[in-house]
Amino acid sequence: MTMSTTPESLSAKQKELEKKMTEERSQSHTAPASLASVAQTKVSRPAGAKRLGTGLEARGVHAWFGKNHVLSDISVDFASGTVTALIGPSGCGKSTFIRTLNRMHEFIPTAAMAGEVLLDGKDIYAPGTDVTKIRLKVGMVFQKPNPFPSMTIGENVLAGLRLAQLKSTNKDDLVEECLIRAGLWNEVKDRLDEHGGALSGGQQQRLCIARSLAVSPHVLLMDEPCSALDPGSTLRIEETISELAESMTIIIVTHNMQQAARVSDYTAFFLSDGGPGEMVEYGKTSEIFSNPKDKRTENYVTGRFG
Amino acid sequence: MICSSSVHPFATPDCDSCPKMRLMPAPQALADAPNLPKPRVITTEPRLSDKVFRAVVTAGGLSSLVILGLIAVFLAYQGFEILVTEGLDFFTSSKWEVITDEYGDVVSYEFGLAAMLVGTMLCALVAVFVAIPVSVASALFLSFYVRGKLKAILIGSVDLMAAFPSILFGFWGFFVLMPRAEYWAMLINKYLGWIPLFAVDERVFTRSPFLAGLVLAVMIIPITTSVAREVFDQTPLDRVQAAYALGATKWAMIKAVALPYGRGGVVGGAMLGLGRAMGETVAVYTVLNIVYDINWQILFGAGGNIASLILLKFGEARPLEVQALMAAGLALFLLTLLVNFIADFIVKKSGKKGR
Repeated sequence: MTMSTTPESLSAKQKELEKKMTEERSQSHTAPASLASVAQTKVSRPAGAKRLGTGLEARGVHAWFGKNHVLSDISVDFASGTVTALIGPSGCGKSTFIRTLNRMHEFIPTAAMAGEVLLDGKDIYAPGTDVTKIRLKVGMVFQKPNPFPSMTIGENVLAGLRLAQLKSTNKDDLVEECLIRAGLWNEVKDRLDEHGGALSGGQQQRLCIARSLAVSPHVLLMDEPCSALDPGSTLRIEETISELAESMTIIIVTHNMQQAARVSDYTAFFLSDGGPGEMVEYGKTSEIFSNPKDKRTENYVTGRFG
Repeated sequence: MICSSSVHPFATPDCDSCPKMRLMPAPQALADAPNLPKPRVITTEPRLSDKVFRAVVTAGGLSSLVILGLIAVFLAYQGFEILVTEGLDFFTSSKWEVITDEYGDVVSYEFGLAAMLVGTMLCALVAVFVAIPVSVASALFLSFYVRGKLKAILIGSVDLMAAFPSILFGFWGFFVLMPRAEYWAMLINKYLGWIPLFAVDERVFTRSPFLAGLVLAVMIIPITTSVAREVFDQTPLDRVQAAYALGATKWAMIKAVALPYGRGGVVGGAMLGLGRAMGETVAVYTVLNIVYDINWQILFGAGGNIASLILLKFGEARPLEVQALMAAGLALFLLTLLVNFIADFIVKKSGKKGR
């Protein structure tokens, strides 16, 4: 893949963003202060935007794999219109937690959970719940970009409609809207009939985001969406996240402290000391990065361990 | 994708695991540019152990090819005389007779394979058409619907069935399936008889290609299922999860992800089954009425296939007829090869789209 296909408008936009980020970085002097300032310089989102759903709430969530207790008593309220970052070292249960939020957890044969997850006030684990409808409302973007290789770019965007047997009156408009929101439209508008596998990794990931947007979810779960991408693509996706957060609830797992500081409004720090993963601290991102209450949080966000 | 450097020396230029090999320009193109060093010849000197192992696997790989070639040469050599004297008639006429005088000397003979060729294809096609839906359904069930111990037991029994002696299928077909299938054949004829394929001239429904095809279908379902299941089991988990995360039901996921991914495996399994069905001898011999007339009506009790013809005639054949049977064997051999090539072509044509 060469970058020559990138339209100029896009690269200009990208440069502008990069410039903004460099400025943000130059404002700070030491590493911890840098993160704190990044976390504080975020532009607040307009309050009047139309929001989908009222958010997602986890109440006393525990998770097991067989007899192994991996997640202990997590309670978080994710409000609509916010981005929450889940941070913590590997193996602390972040991904497991995020997978309990759209019932992907139960695909692992020995997996079990306890507690409640309320989507717009209703428990998604309640008996008689149609799990496919839950997953329509709680979309997910995975660590590795996974477009369907047998479908074209356009078909990939509409895959959710096809899979859930939903009808759409104007598919072309929907494809365009979703690709624009995912920040991919300019790059692929002339080759919607090509196969998704021909895109670069970053483009594939944005295609996956567009795909999850097509079924208009209320909540978007992102499990380390940028860990396999280059900085440029990461930047594009972070920009996308900020735009999306105006209308929906976003929960993002990340190992990148800078990213957590840049994109999130709230941050939850997870940790496991050999036992089940626990949520050590939860609060406003600016607080977590500038003035953490727990010593372990401070050590982690300042890079002293993990 | 693993691409250790040790792969390169043996890799072909279009090796999938070596993307670099494909991107490397031809040496001539590089040499044309001025001020550039000449591309070096890259060689590796494998260790002795590597060389020995390579020789062993090469011998193993070539042996099957050599044996196959020798069989073809043997059949062609033995059947040559008949093929020359009969010419095209060998494939277009349907008479198979040797007339001898009272001393046992051959007076006249005529060997034609047309009826058997048609019968072979008919039985095999009936078998494949019945077997594919059943096999795909059971492979999907084994891959996506059943878990744990039951899955292990079912897979074990399917694999065991694939190794079941064919004479037992023949017995079962003769004693159990035949009386019932005759009734099914009548039903099909009654309601679908207006389709030429299901028409019959005389109401003889026993020992028909349809029945032989059913027995063959039961025989090839295990192998087809087994191959298809192995491919379905390898469906990439990230794609399966992507489908579920988009609100797919299991069936929707299978349609969008598993079937496109496993298509090649299904075709491959079906071809293995088709090959087995075309070459099957004993089971067909048990349940099929061998008649030396071309019969396209699958419900009508007449037919035959090359392998069962050989079995039927070989015991009492005199040298001349043995030669004719060898020629028939060669025809079967070539037919099987042809079908496999076509299948291979289809799989490649449908490509790696779903992969």
